[in-house]
Amino acid sequence: MTRTVLEVRDVQKSFGAVTAAKDISVAVPEGAVFSLIGSNGAGKTTFVNMVTGYIKPDSGSIRFADRDIAGMAPRQITRMGIHRSFQIAQLCNDLTVEENMLLAGAIHGASGPSFLRRAHDPEARDRAVATLERFNIAEHRDRLVPELSGGVKKLLDIAMAMAGDTQIMLLDEPTSGVASDEKFPIMDLVMEALRSTGVTVIFVEHDMDIVTRYSERVLAFYDGRIIADDAPDEVLLDPEVQRYVTGTPA
Amino acid sequence: MRSKLFLGATAAFAVLAAGSVILPDWAMFLCAMALAKGLVCLGIVGMMRGGVVSFGQGLYYCIGAYTATLVANSFGVSDIFLLTLLSALACLLVGMAFGPLLSSYRGIFFAMLSLALSMVLYGSLSKMSVIGGTDGLNIAAPTFLGWAPEGRPLQTALYIYVVAIVVIAGTLMRIYFDSEQGLITLATRDNELRVEYLGASVRNIMTYNYVFGAVLGGIGGTIAALALGHVDPEFAFWTTSGEFVFVAILAGYLSVPAVFVAAIILELVRSFSNLYFPNTWQLALGIFLLVVIVLLPNGLGSLVGRRKGNAA
Repeated sequence: MTRTVLEVRDVQKSFGAVTAAKDISVAVPEGAVFSLIGSNGAGKTTFVNMVTGYIKPDSGSIRFADRDIAGMAPRQITRMGIHRSFQIAQLCNDLTVEENMLLAGAIHGASGPSFLRRAHDPEARDRAVATLERFNIAEHRDRLVPELSGGVKKLLDIAMAMAGDTQIMLLDEPTSGVASDEKFPIMDLVMEALRSTGVTVIFVEHDMDIVTRYSERVLAFYDGRIIADDAPDEVLLDPEVQRYVTGTPA
Repeated sequence: MRSKLFLGATAAFAVLAAGSVILPDWAMFLCAMALAKGLVCLGIVGMMRGGVVSFGQGLYYCIGAYTATLVANSFGVSDIFLLTLLSALACLLVGMAFGPLLSSYRGIFFAMLSLALSMVLYGSLSKMSVIGGTDGLNIAAPTFLGWAPEGRPLQTALYIYVVAIVVIAGTLMRIYFDSEQGLITLATRDNELRVEYLGASVRNIMTYNYVFGAVLGGIGGTIAALALGHVDPEFAFWTTSGEFVFVAILAGYLSVPAVFVAAIILELVRSFSNLYFPNTWQLALGIFLLVVIVLLPNGLGSLVGRRKGNAA
């Protein structure tokens, strides 16, 4: 039986009169690929933000590695092995692609970042380039971030998040802002890299073709609640999901 | 690459130390003061790399100067090495106390809070007649491991000492800037959210830079006090801190030597402007800074110190 790696139980979150998360409960098995769907404001990103420490839930628990991580700082959660990418790629614009990767490597390094060890150390550069090659963006290594296309930025954002000892990867709309003909190649690359390491993946997505192709289980959000939780084919046939999420007739 | 750095540091020491032979007394004094102030500015540059600017480094400049003076006058300690060490230690402790508080602030709030701390010290010292009030205190000439030079040899020894400190501090800061922590500092300037989500503490990084700045400020203040033979609360006044920021902006954050070049340029421009335009020297200084900002927005350092790894 597969071990549960993340357990969210009865989580609630309100912003004033707006309820962003209402009795959210879900158990994520190790190595699974989950997708979160729902219209804008349904609570998907709130879920990701609560799991990664950006937002503290009002109540409920989020258990990971035998600890309740609800309310912990993002960096503490990251160090425990829950990493994330962002809807708008969060990169350092004044650094090159390779330096962004070196940054991730320096922070995630086994001995922690050093005051003496050179950031551009040859071994660190080799590791950075190897990761960039895995995501097929090594050719851009010397370019500054503002010079990159949306797809390359997304891949770099995910590659940086993957530099550490990742156990769960949360991807917030990995293909948003990416040209339509780049979406599947990018997802193929990302999923191949993630699956090869056995990482548990939770991704937020609006494109149902991507949801059905890459996820094993789908959580459909509406008005801060999970209205469906099942295999992609089952969820997409759910009348409530069709009415509130996909907009397709029942 | 480190061997290149050490070679450069040795060459810098040789060139600067040669000044002790060729420079007249007034120029050697001017350079010693400029280099001492350059140390304070180097601390500000360290913070600038993380995206904040302290408008209150006069606090540590003053604490360093007063610590050395009070220790010398109260306990009869005259050894320059011991006085520098004790001043650096005092600033380290004060920096560690205020660093975590200031590390929560950014932009103008960081600048104003740091300025407020230095002005509190200025106000306190001005009212404390037991340590000289606004008149300040005198400090006797230092000794060097038991050697007590006078006249030109004293000035030469003090100059060589500050050159050695500058080269050591400059080399250490270059190593830090090029290190993994240095890269994280640069990234923090750019995108704090990314740094936090990679697992690093932005507050810790800000605190480290603030504490390093405090120690450098204290060492600079000690040397300035010993060179002048006098300290007063003006060391903590906002115009003194503003001068340090002026040099840091002039130098930019790309090059360590540029900080000391900028400090020397400021002293020269000020001295000569003061001599030839006694009533308008601030105007000359302002125009000079304006020209540098327009022509070199990343400071003098951008002439030589293009950041490693850039595609450009």
